[in-house]
Amino acid sequence: MKTQTDSRSGEAALVPTAVARTGHVRNPGMALDVAMFEGHHVNRAATERRTATLAGRRSVKKDHQAAWLVNAVRCVDLTTLSGDDTADRVKRLCAKARRPLAPHIEAGLGIAPGALHVGAVCVYPTMVPHAVKALEGSTIPVASVATGFPAGLMPLPLRLEEIRWAVAQGAGEIDIVINRELALTGNWQALYDEIAAMRAACGAAHMKAILATGELETLGTVYAASMVAMQAGADFIKTSTGKESVNATLPVSLVMVRALRDYGAITGQPIGFKPAGGMKQAKEALAWQILMKEELGRDWLNPDLFRFGASSMLGDIERQLEHHVTGRYAASSRHALA
Amino acid sequence: MSIQTILETMEYGVAPEDDSQARAWLATHEEGFGHYINGEWTKPAALFETRDPAGDAVLARISQGTPACVDAAVSAARKAQPAWAGLSGHQRARHLYALARHIQQHARLLAVLETLDCGKPIRESRDIDIPLVARHFYHHAGWAEILEDELPGHTPHGVCGQIIPWNFPLLMLAWKVAPALAAGNTVVLKPAEYTPLTALAFAEIATECGIPKGVINIVTGDGETGAAMVAHKGIDKLAFTGSTQVGRNLRERTAGSGKALTLELGGKSPFIVFEDADLDAAVEGVVDAIWFNQGQVCCAGSRILVAEAVAARFEALLRARMTTLRTGQPMDKNTDVGAIVHPVQLERIRDLVAQGTAEGATLHQASAPQGCYFPPTLVTDVAPASILSTEEIFGPVVTLTTFRTPSDAVALANNTRYGLAASLWSENVNTCLDIAAQVKAGIIWINCTNILDAGAGFGGYRESGFGREGGREGMRAYLRNPAAISASAKAKGSTPVPLATGPAQTIAAGDIDRTAKLYIGGKQARPDSGYSYQVKGAKAVVGLAGLGNRKDIRNAVEAACKTTGWGKATGHNRAQVLYYIGENLSARAGEFADRLERLGASQKTAKAEVDTAISRCFWYAAQADKFDGAVHSTKSAFVTLAMNEPLGVMGLVAPSAQPLLGALSLVLPAIAMGNSVVLVPSQAHPLAATDLYQVFDTSDLPGGVVNIVTGPRDDLAKTLAAHDGVDAMWYFGDQAGREMVEIQSAGNLKQTWTEADDARDWAGRDGQGRLFLERATQVKNIWVPYGA
Repeated sequence: MKTQTDSRSGEAALVPTAVARTGHVRNPGMALDVAMFEGHHVNRAATERRTATLAGRRSVKKDHQAAWLVNAVRCVDLTTLSGDDTADRVKRLCAKARRPLAPHIEAGLGIAPGALHVGAVCVYPTMVPHAVKALEGSTIPVASVATGFPAGLMPLPLRLEEIRWAVAQGAGEIDIVINRELALTGNWQALYDEIAAMRAACGAAHMKAILATGELETLGTVYAASMVAMQAGADFIKTSTGKESVNATLPVSLVMVRALRDYGAITGQPIGFKPAGGMKQAKEALAWQILMKEELGRDWLNPDLFRFGASSMLGDIERQLEHHVTGRYAASSRHALA
Repeated sequence: MSIQTILETMEYGVAPEDDSQARAWLATHEEGFGHYINGEWTKPAALFETRDPAGDAVLARISQGTPACVDAAVSAARKAQPAWAGLSGHQRARHLYALARHIQQHARLLAVLETLDCGKPIRESRDIDIPLVARHFYHHAGWAEILEDELPGHTPHGVCGQIIPWNFPLLMLAWKVAPALAAGNTVVLKPAEYTPLTALAFAEIATECGIPKGVINIVTGDGETGAAMVAHKGIDKLAFTGSTQVGRNLRERTAGSGKALTLELGGKSPFIVFEDADLDAAVEGVVDAIWFNQGQVCCAGSRILVAEAVAARFEALLRARMTTLRTGQPMDKNTDVGAIVHPVQLERIRDLVAQGTAEGATLHQASAPQGCYFPPTLVTDVAPASILSTEEIFGPVVTLTTFRTPSDAVALANNTRYGLAASLWSENVNTCLDIAAQVKAGIIWINCTNILDAGAGFGGYRESGFGREGGREGMRAYLRNPAAISASAKAKGSTPVPLATGPAQTIAAGDIDRTAKLYIGGKQARPDSGYSYQVKGAKAVVGLAGLGNRKDIRNAVEAACKTTGWGKATGHNRAQVLYYIGENLSARAGEFADRLERLGASQKTAKAEVDTAISRCFWYAAQADKFDGAVHSTKSAFVTLAMNEPLGVMGLVAPSAQPLLGALSLVLPAIAMGNSVVLVPSQAHPLAATDLYQVFDTSDLPGGVVNIVTGPRDDLAKTLAAHDGVDAMWYFGDQAGREMVEIQSAGNLKQTWTEADDARDWAGRDGQGRLFLERATQVKNIWVPYGA
C-alpha cells in the first residue's frame, strides 16, 4: 500500500509525487464486532521490552536524522489547550504553525521558504474561529478538541452539540474523548454507540478518538477500546488528552498501532495514530517515528496517518535542526516562540 | 543525500559505530599477541590470523598455544593459587570489583572489538554482552565477599582450566573467570581461536587492575591447545562451553582423572506458543530467540511449536516481521543480524539447510547481503525426524511445527537429546507453570527468551551438559563441598573377587530355603541369565544371589522410566514413604542385623549399621520436603525461580562394605528427591540389599522407584553407564571402574559421581548430607516476568 501526499498541503516540493496521496480515505467504520478484541492478549512485559529495545535497534544520524526531524515537524499537531488561551495566543501559535523553522534553518536544510508547516493546529472549540482566521490562506487544518474534553463526562447531547459547533466554526478535525467508564466497565456496545454518534456529528471533519490510555491502564483495555473506536468510525486513534497523569508512552502506542494494523488487515481501512502529551524532546520524535516505521511501514510517517500531539517538542526539534545546519548548539531564545 | 530525497523514502541510512579506537589498539599489537602467563606476555610465536568475518580482513595475529605454553600457564596458576585463596574474601572482592569497574571504563573498546572479531551486531555487544560481563564481575565480587558466610567450609578446587566458545567470547570468559576467582581458584583460560581478541584485551585490563600475577592466565590456540589443557594433570577443574560433540570427547578424555568437570553444551530448545499467547509478543520473542547473535546461541529457541489453532496467524505475523529484519554490517547500529562468525560455520549452516530442503522442508528467508552472512530463515514443512528439527544448526534458522494440546506440546518439546532451555508463551499462568515443570530443560523462559543474569543459574539437562553458571548453584561448581572426598585421597576402592556360579557347599539345612531374586518394577524377578552366584560370609557361603546381566539392567531401567508419578509426588508424600521404610526396617531390625552378622559383621557393628540405616531413612524423609529451591534476585519485574528437580533415572553402584547402609545411603537421597533408581548392591554381599525389597513392598513405595539388580558390579555398571535412558550414575568402586563409568557415561553425557567406595565412612556424618541431595538434583531456573 503506497500512501500519497495530503492534497491540501500542496507541499510537492517536500514530499515527492512518487508517494503522493490524493486524500485521506475516511474510515466508514463497521458494526461492533467484539470478536476482534475479546480474547486478544497483550503481555505488558513483552510490550515494554519491545519498545525498550527498539531505541537500540534503530538509529538515524546526520542528514537522515535531520530529515526525520523535518518529517516530525510535518506531523505535529501544534497544540494549545490551556485555560488561559486567548485569541492572540492562538494567533501566535498559528504563526509558528505556518513557519515552524527559522528561515536560516529552512535554507540550510534546502527547504523552500514556507514549504514546511505543521500537520495541524489543535485548540479548544472556542479558539477555533481565531485559529481559522489566523491560518487563512494556508492549507493547515484546525483541529478542535470536543465532547467535554478532557474528562468527557458531559451529557451525550451536549458532547455531540459541541462537535457540531466546532465543525461549524471551521474545524477540519475533531479530537473526541471516549467515555472511560464505558471502557473500564466493558460496556462496549454503549461505547461504540457514543463514538458512532460522534462520528456522525463530525460530518466531513476527520475524527480522532482520544482513549486517555493513562486512565484505562491495562494494555488489554487499550487494545479493546482502540478496536471499538475504529469500528465506530474513528479516522485516528489518539493516546491521551495530555491532561492525564500518564500520557503518551511507547508501550501504549505499540498496542494501539498493532490494533490499527489488525483493524486494517480485516477491513482494508488505514487508520491514523496520534500519540499526545508528554513528548518534549526531538529524540522522542525519532523514537515514535521508528516505532511507526517498524510496526506499520513508511506510509505511517505521513501526516495523513500520523500526528504528534505536542507543543514544546517543536522547539527542541528546531534547536536540533539548527545544530545540524550550523554545527553549533542552539539556544531556544533565538527561535520564535510557538 | 539531500533532505528531500530522504524524506521520500524515510530510510534509516547508515549509523556506523566508529571503530578507530579499537583499530588503534590492534595496531599497537601489530607484531602479534603472545599468551598472557603469570601476568606477562610471552613472545608471539606460531602465529595464526584472527579475521573480521564481515570485512574478511585480518584483525590480528595470535599465538598458537603448545603443550609447553599450557604447562607454563598451569604452573603459574598453581604457584599463584595458595596466595590467592589465602586472601580474605574481602580482598578478593576488591580485585573482582576493580575488574568490573575497569570493564565498564573500557566498555566501548570491548564492544567494538567483540563485534569486529565475531561479527555480532554492535547493538548486541554494546547493550547485552558487555553490560552482562560487568554485571557478572560485580555479582561475583559479592560472592567473594560473603563466601565464608554463605558456603562455610567450601574450598576452591585449585587450578581451573576453562575453554570457551566464539559466540559470546567475553561473556563466556566472565562466566568462567568471575566465579572461579571469587571462589579462590586461579585460572588458565583458552578463548576460541576465531575470537580471542576481547580475552586478550581483558588480560591487559587485569594487568591494569593489578590482579596478582598468575591468577589469570590466557593461552590462545585451537583445539589442540584445548586438548593439551584437557590432558594436563595439573588442572583440578575443567569447565567447557561449546558443542556437545567436543563436550563428549572431553568427558571421555578426563574420565578417571578426578578432575571436576562442568559442561555447557548444545541445545535445540523449544519455543512453545499456546493459543492464548500474545502472538505479537511471541513473534518478537522469536526474533530474540533465533535472530539474536545470528542464532549462534546455545540456548536459542530453534524449534517453534505453535498451537494449531493460531498457527496460521502466528506464521503470518512472523513472516511479516521478518521483512523488517536488517541483516548486514555488524558495526551499523541499525543491524539486527550480523555476520556469521567464520566461513566454516557459514558452510555448516548452508549444508544443514540444504539437507533439510532435500528432505522436503520449505524455507522462508529474509534478505541478506553477499559475504559471510546467512539470511534469517523460517523453515516449515518439517517433521520431527528432519535434520533441521534434530541437529543444532547454530545459525539463524528456526523450524515451525504445530501441536494440538499441551501434552502434545510437552511431548514434542522433550523429543530431543538436549535440554538446555525452553521458551513458553501463554497468558495463562497455570499453563505456563504446568508446562515449565514438564519440559526437561535447565532454563525456562516464560513469555520471554534469552534473558540472562549473573544471579541465576544457567545450564542444561540431558546432553546439554551439567553444572550451572551464575547464582548460588554456579558458585558451587567452583567450590569443593566439605563433604566431598578429595580425588587425591588415599582410598583406592575395592575390586570384587570373581564370582562363583556353581553349586556351593551346604549353606543351610533345616530352614525353609529363601531365594533372593532381583527386584524390578516392584516385583521379584528371576535373573535373565538363569544363573545364581555364591554369596560368601565370614567363613562359608551363606546364600545365593541372582546373576544379573545386561537384559536385567534393561528391564530395570525400563521399569524405572515408567514411574513418572514419583518425581511429581509432593515432598511430604515421599517423606511419608521414607519414614515408613524406616518404620518397617525397624520392625525387622533383628533380621537385618542377623543377615549382616552372617555376612561377617560383628554383632555390635551389625546392630549399629541397621540403626544408622533407620536414622538415615528419617534424615532423608525430613529433607524430602525441605531441600527446596530459591527465588533468585535478578532483573526488575521478574520472578526467577530456582527449582531443585530430580535427575530422573539414576544408576547407583553401591560400596562393597556395609552392604545395607552403603546401598541405602545412595538410594534414600536419590528417591527422597524424586528420582527412580536402579541399584547394583555390593557384589560380594548383595543379600542385605535384596532383603530390602520386602521392606519396600510393605512401605507403599511405588513399583519401579527402586530396582535392584545383583551380579557382577562392573559389568552391570557398564551397561547402566552406557544406557541412554539413565540420567545419572553414582559409582562407588575402584579406579578402573570409575574411569570406565565416566567414559561410558559420555554417550548421553549423564551426570556422574564416582568415588572410591572405601573413601567415606558410610556410618558417619560423611555418609549422608546435603551433598547427596545436591548430587541427586538439578536446578531448573524459571524466569517469570510480570506486569498487569
